[in-house]
Amino acid sequence: MGSREVSWELLQFGVAGLKNGAIYALVALGFTIVYASTNVINFAQGEFYMLGGMFATFVFAHLGLPLGLAAVAAVVATAATAVVFELLAVRPRVGGDPMTIIIVTVGGSVLLRSLARHAFGSDELALPAFSQGGSIMVGGAAIDRQTLWVWGIAALAVAALWVLYTRTRLGRAMRATAVDGEAARLVGIDTRLLVTVSFGLAAVLGAVAGLVVTPLTQTAYDVGAAIGLKGFAAAILGGLGNPVAAVVGGIVLGLLESLSVAFISSTYKDAIALAVLLLVLFLRPSGLLGRTRREKV
Amino acid sequence: MSLLSAHGLTRRFGGLVAVDDVSLEVFEGTILALIGPNGAGKSTLFNLLTAFDRPNAGTVVFDGRDLAGMPPHRVVRLGLARTFQNTQLFEEMTALENVLTGAHTQTRTGWARAALRLPGTGREERLAREEAQRLLRLVGLAEVAHVHASDLPHGTRRLLEVARALASRPRLLLLDEPAAGLNNAETEQLARVLRQLRDGGVTLVVVEHDMGLVMDVSDEIVVLNEGRKIAEGPPLLIQKDPAVIAAYLGEEQLDA
Repeated sequence: MGSREVSWELLQFGVAGLKNGAIYALVALGFTIVYASTNVINFAQGEFYMLGGMFATFVFAHLGLPLGLAAVAAVVATAATAVVFELLAVRPRVGGDPMTIIIVTVGGSVLLRSLARHAFGSDELALPAFSQGGSIMVGGAAIDRQTLWVWGIAALAVAALWVLYTRTRLGRAMRATAVDGEAARLVGIDTRLLVTVSFGLAAVLGAVAGLVVTPLTQTAYDVGAAIGLKGFAAAILGGLGNPVAAVVGGIVLGLLESLSVAFISSTYKDAIALAVLLLVLFLRPSGLLGRTRREKV
Repeated sequence: MSLLSAHGLTRRFGGLVAVDDVSLEVFEGTILALIGPNGAGKSTLFNLLTAFDRPNAGTVVFDGRDLAGMPPHRVVRLGLARTFQNTQLFEEMTALENVLTGAHTQTRTGWARAALRLPGTGREERLAREEAQRLLRLVGLAEVAHVHASDLPHGTRRLLEVARALASRPRLLLLDEPAAGLNNAETEQLARVLRQLRDGGVTLVVVEHDMGLVMDVSDEIVVLNEGRKIAEGPPLLIQKDPAVIAAYLGEEQLDA
């Protein structure tokens, strides 16, 4: 095999890594957004990803809406589910022991998974590709059209989030709350409302990731746990609580996984996230881009 | 007209009565200073007046509304803002962003409209930025607008906190030891700002140790000692009040 073929093959792995990385980045952003407003990890984040795909396939197959509308409906339905979950289960405990809220989100994750199984069944469900046509060849590497959709939509979501954080009152309030919740309340920010908003926003990002990837991977009621772990690892890798770090963490994790498939074996692909998670927690708990946090008293 | 009135405020911590049956009135368009020796209960009273802490007895009424049990973000919306002895800035945000965040209750654009970038959003954001710049100029911090709060020196941070509190367009602003740690020039700047604010219609309550500043700017002074109100009146009378002088003996001189 010539060296040129080897490099095309590497590029192919790079494409796959960036595709998965974009998805991990969206899920990691969901973790980061909820963490910023509550200081807790929302272990139901993976279920938002699952719901996005499941709602989309259901609306598309059974209600017969066009794909684009089905996607929008799925995002809205997922966000609504997350907001209801936050209002019923999380809000009564905001301000209490963070561990309680974490357990509530673990419970929420189990609940959402069971409900999805009852509502949509336990079969794998599929969604057609967003646009028709064969792969696009870049030299010796093939890029699936759906992968372009993944990149485009992820980039759009990240850009929208950036505008939100830097250019709007809501975004400033969210950042201020992340820095100092008490001071935020004192300047008139309703930090409880922000917790609800952050769940809704995290659900939008999770659902977008879940539905845009479904044409490539299919989906089922139980895909949330695995993607939740990947997204969590990505968020920790970058540095929890920092949106830029979540995106970087997601992309780095996706590439690491791909490289492991290229150089070691695909057997270990899913172990990479766990290994990364443990290594970061041992060696650099604040993440790649995180500053060491001062302990708040 | 009385903008804030406290009646019979009492706050106990275990066996200690930190604030003991204190009543006071803050009149619209005036500067009221709250003074007293260390441990007199000033900060406790301050927390009660801003509904940050709940009294064991007594009421606080702001503009005809009882503040009992009201969450902080609603108190701010009523037009009552405060600063802290220990500045609580948003460290990882710039001075300008800190002030903009202070304007949270003033910018009305809902998040859905903002997210969708509907017309009107950009204009409101621009107006908010202009207003924030104006407030930074007011406290003399225009040059550091884009510096992170964590990188600002102490005196500057205090003035920034005042600017941030002003961004909520309060009718009543309570400042907890605003001159602590300020140098002479900064204290003078602060005094100018306080007078300018009062003349612009903002009512002020100031807890302060710097007697020079207190005697200089306040219209009315309330003196606390061991949790009780021992005197109130204009600066000239307070300086001559025997009970006040007795309370301060050995503490510090009342020579403004």
